[in-house]
Amino acid sequence: MTVTEVKPDTTRKIPEHPKSLLLRMDRMPHIWCSRCGIGITVGCFASAMEKTGLSPDDITVTSGIGCTGRVAGYVKADSFHTTHGRAIPFTVGLALTRPDLKHVVFSGDGDLISIGGNHFIHAARRNQNMLVICVNNFTYAMTGGQLAPTTPVTARATTAPYGSFERPFSLPTLAISAGASYVARWTSLHIRRITDSMTEALQRRGFRFIEIIAPCSTIYARRNKLGTGLDLMKYYYENSVIDHNASVDDLDIGFQSKIVVGKFVDKDRPSYGKSMHEHFRKVLGNKYQPPVSGKMEIDKSWSGCTESQDTTVTDEVQS
Amino acid sequence: MSHTDIVISGFGGQGVILTGIVLGKTISIYSDGYATMTQNFGPEARGGACTAQVVIDNDKIRYPYVQVPDIMIIMSQEAYEKHEPSLSPDGMLLFEEELVEPGPARDKIRMYGIPATRFAEELGNPMVLNMIMLGFLSGTSGLIEPIPARNAIAASVPGHFIELNHLAFNKGYQYGKGLVAGEMLAGKISG
Amino acid sequence: MVQADPVGVLTGTHYLDGDHAAAEGACSAGCRFFAGYPITPSTEVAERVALRFPLIGGTFIQMEDELASIAAVLGGSWGGLKSMTVTSGPGFSLMMENIGLGVMMEVPCVVINVQRGGPSTGLPTLPAQADMMQARWGSHGDYELIALSPNSPQECFDLTIESFNLSEQWRVPVLVMMDECIGHMTERVVIPEAGEIELVERRYTNLNPDDYLPYKPCEDLVPEMAPIGYGYRFHTTGLTHDERGYPSMNAETQQRCVGRLLDKINLNRDEIIHVDKHYLDDADIVVVSYGISSRVAIPAVEKARREGIKVGELRLVTVWPFPEKLIRELAGNVKAFIMPEINHGQVVLELERCAGGRAETRLVKHAGGWVHDPETIYEAIREAAK
Repeated sequence: MTVTEVKPDTTRKIPEHPKSLLLRMDRMPHIWCSRCGIGITVGCFASAMEKTGLSPDDITVTSGIGCTGRVAGYVKADSFHTTHGRAIPFTVGLALTRPDLKHVVFSGDGDLISIGGNHFIHAARRNQNMLVICVNNFTYAMTGGQLAPTTPVTARATTAPYGSFERPFSLPTLAISAGASYVARWTSLHIRRITDSMTEALQRRGFRFIEIIAPCSTIYARRNKLGTGLDLMKYYYENSVIDHNASVDDLDIGFQSKIVVGKFVDKDRPSYGKSMHEHFRKVLGNKYQPPVSGKMEIDKSWSGCTESQDTTVTDEVQS
Repeated sequence: MSHTDIVISGFGGQGVILTGIVLGKTISIYSDGYATMTQNFGPEARGGACTAQVVIDNDKIRYPYVQVPDIMIIMSQEAYEKHEPSLSPDGMLLFEEELVEPGPARDKIRMYGIPATRFAEELGNPMVLNMIMLGFLSGTSGLIEPIPARNAIAASVPGHFIELNHLAFNKGYQYGKGLVAGEMLAGKISG
Repeated sequence: MVQADPVGVLTGTHYLDGDHAAAEGACSAGCRFFAGYPITPSTEVAERVALRFPLIGGTFIQMEDELASIAAVLGGSWGGLKSMTVTSGPGFSLMMENIGLGVMMEVPCVVINVQRGGPSTGLPTLPAQADMMQARWGSHGDYELIALSPNSPQECFDLTIESFNLSEQWRVPVLVMMDECIGHMTERVVIPEAGEIELVERRYTNLNPDDYLPYKPCEDLVPEMAPIGYGYRFHTTGLTHDERGYPSMNAETQQRCVGRLLDKINLNRDEIIHVDKHYLDDADIVVVSYGISSRVAIPAVEKARREGIKVGELRLVTVWPFPEKLIRELAGNVKAFIMPEINHGQVVLELERCAGGRAETRLVKHAGGWVHDPETIYEAIREAAK
């Protein structure tokens, strides 16, 4: 038998990834399965960043734990991969100390809504300044497919081997009732709509929430015999109903039921930082010292390599 | 000043804790001594009873709690019933005489009563009962001097209440001095 | 070292309890972000911070629970402000996971624990020193951090400042292990002029983003931080990571990553550890203590000294890392160690380990709810001297 050694063609130029500005190409390939929906949402996020004209240095990205929790590791911005459920409160700290930046939480349904559910509603209630992107695949995928607070009734999970009988959360309903200032839901089929929502939400302030229903073909679809990722995309195509004015009663998702999508809330409500600032200015008058930001402190103590930028009071406080 | 353990007790609203704070400041900020104040927390402190403990010494205080009280400032019957049995046999009991009906004197305990609530009302504000009691402590025991106590009061109450609290302190102080002088005249105690 | 910003320094002589003094320590240390959740007996710290921060340019937020509080503090510190939270036993338990994240990501921050009796709800309004081992081992995995234990309101002020300095210098969460007695005890607290308060500033890298590796250590094993939003685009994770901050889950990286986190503290112990020594030169017996117990031990030591017993006192201002070297040295020269603790024996285990059987180790235990009567400690000294 002759063995032919195949030498790599070093002359071939690998084309640059179109979103390489926002991706850590040195970490590719990523860990997500083929046909997973998370990559689509990251692609949409990169497109949204381009559309807004924001630089990666204008944002932070924070994740918790899980498949979507790995997004922070692939986005080439200052990025934080925190503990299970705590991406939102971690970002509360980031957002209050660096109000000059945009802060994005990118995580999954189990992370944000189960173990982190309390943080979710309180951050929404206070209208804390962050964009929360939740990829909802109805299960805990990284750990093998356990029951999530989003798993539809009768769908199977390893910890619900006979099918779930628990009522799941409708995430937009939760966000709306807790007071979020921007709430949208799409499926990973709605690439243009996701991108538009992300573009829009990146430019708002306060607590913004985008849920993206996405396929987990390896775990959720297989256990529930739903076919491949493509079959799930077909399901989204056939069952998604765009209704921006939907009543919260219509937002529940049953097993393979219709999915009402749309932008449900887009209102201007003062963020936590702004409310704090205005309140103290009113009640304390001249005694009030507006909060210093991390940026002011950094510029004061650091003679780093980048040019010192202006240290005026942040737009959060001014707006 | 030698080591002195003091218990101040009454019911909520009488300014028990503030009395402890002003006493502590008088000693540790406006005089040369050390003073540690502790107070009871917890459910028992949410209800009626309220107690402050002040330990005074001319050296650093190591053990922060009162062990055997040398002086008690008692402003309610309940506080009297609760704390009096622990008072040192040669201690001193100062009490609000219209709110507390003490039992018979025991051992060598010196007992002095003052109608502090009535005096406070006469000054126009029942709230200053506590500073009357503090002045009374100064006048009867000599443990604190009026000048540092007045400074401590000025540093502890809102500006527009300083004068009233000083008047209250003076009232208690004079009344205490008077009782002790009366006793001396009667030959009950010596200098 | 830089001088404190006078805006936060309430210079003067005050009559404060330990909780309020600790809050003033934070203000003086330049802490400008606080996230916390009320819990007796630590609440007064949060209350004073809430009162003071709007007047000194700080941001105070009451979070929904302790899990959120510590997570927000880590975020706040990455955001560039000195950050702190405060809690007590049950809340400390809830914070454990993210204290571990703070160790792993190397986030400078301060956590104050005003200890109360436990387990569970225990004694909310009464003192204990029952979380000392939890401070050391409560989060999962191998780690080292720094824990200080004040014994007066003045030290609550001083050591809170010291904690911020240590946390910035070593990039590690620093715990201030107070107790209810110290927290609720009111005494004279002297707050110096701002110019007399020296602060350690954060060490930001001067490398440009292309050359910067977020977890490449300097000579003292501490990596320099990069500020967010300045082009570094770094990644940090609670996963085992390489010098790039990227997850790398294998035995070699685990050894390198965790090994350095441990060495960073262990190899710098001499610089970190602070103890107070009294009468150690001729001592046959040494009372080793910390926090409120170190204070009530003094009358016992002095009484025994007056009676001719050669007893010394070693007071641990820094409890973690433990002064292992010093104890090993002393163990060869003394007959016995005595440790009063308001627990059923925690730090004494470390003392016993370091004594290595060369000196007897005696625990004077107390279940909590009060502090030791100095007489009890004195009796233990006498017993050991026999």
